[in-house]
Amino acid sequence: MKLTCKEVSHLVSQGLDRELGWGERMRVRIHLAICNGCTNFKKQMDFLRRAMRELGTRP
Amino acid sequence: MNEFRARLEKERGYLLRYAGLQLRDSHAAEDAVQETLVAALAGEASFAGRSNLRTWLTGILKHKIIDTIRRQSREAPADADSADFDALFVENGHWAQPPGAWADPDASLEQQRFFAALQACLERLPGKTAQAFLMREHLGLETGEICKELAITSTHCWVLLYRARMALRECLEKTWFGTK
Repeated sequence: MKLTCKEVSHLVSQGLDRELGWGERMRVRIHLAICNGCTNFKKQMDFLRRAMRELGTRP
Repeated sequence: MNEFRARLEKERGYLLRYAGLQLRDSHAAEDAVQETLVAALAGEASFAGRSNLRTWLTGILKHKIIDTIRRQSREAPADADSADFDALFVENGHWAQPPGAWADPDASLEQQRFFAALQACLERLPGKTAQAFLMREHLGLETGEICKELAITSTHCWVLLYRARMALRECLEKTWFGTK
């Protein structure tokens, strides 16, 4: 079953909070390979995590 | 004032900002920091030999913050059920407006003004959503601990974290990346 962008957005977020299953990871990867919107979304989610780390450790 | 106490006092400002970000209540933050400093003073011996005072204090403070959250979450009402960002997607699950690339995000991390924008976006999150997100990304707790402290299921926890990230993404796009 192919994932929709909406499902991918949930899995990308959950990927920051739990280990995704092998099947989930594969399906997300396949989707990201062909979808610019979701690829940008994933980069933004990763960036958000880095930004929060920085915010917490600023002097 | 002995030397250890003076060193503790120097960290007070940092600890207050740390607690304030999570608790969003300056009185609660002050209480947590005060308790931390008292505990640290009593536990000077257990610090001996450790290299980083701030890291040690932050560890104590985290526990005080979690105690406060545990007390608060018994009283805090659930957030009004916000629409689950469904409007961002069309019927077949595609983006209504696919996210564009953010220009040079790394450069933003060098700018004080970016963090002010991020903080403003965090303040706009609803209570429980903000609490769960900050426990995850600021205190660095695992989802299991967050569920336990907030007495919610892991599915609910993931939904709260998703909502927080979606709202922050939208807010940063409007107030920061969209304006550049």
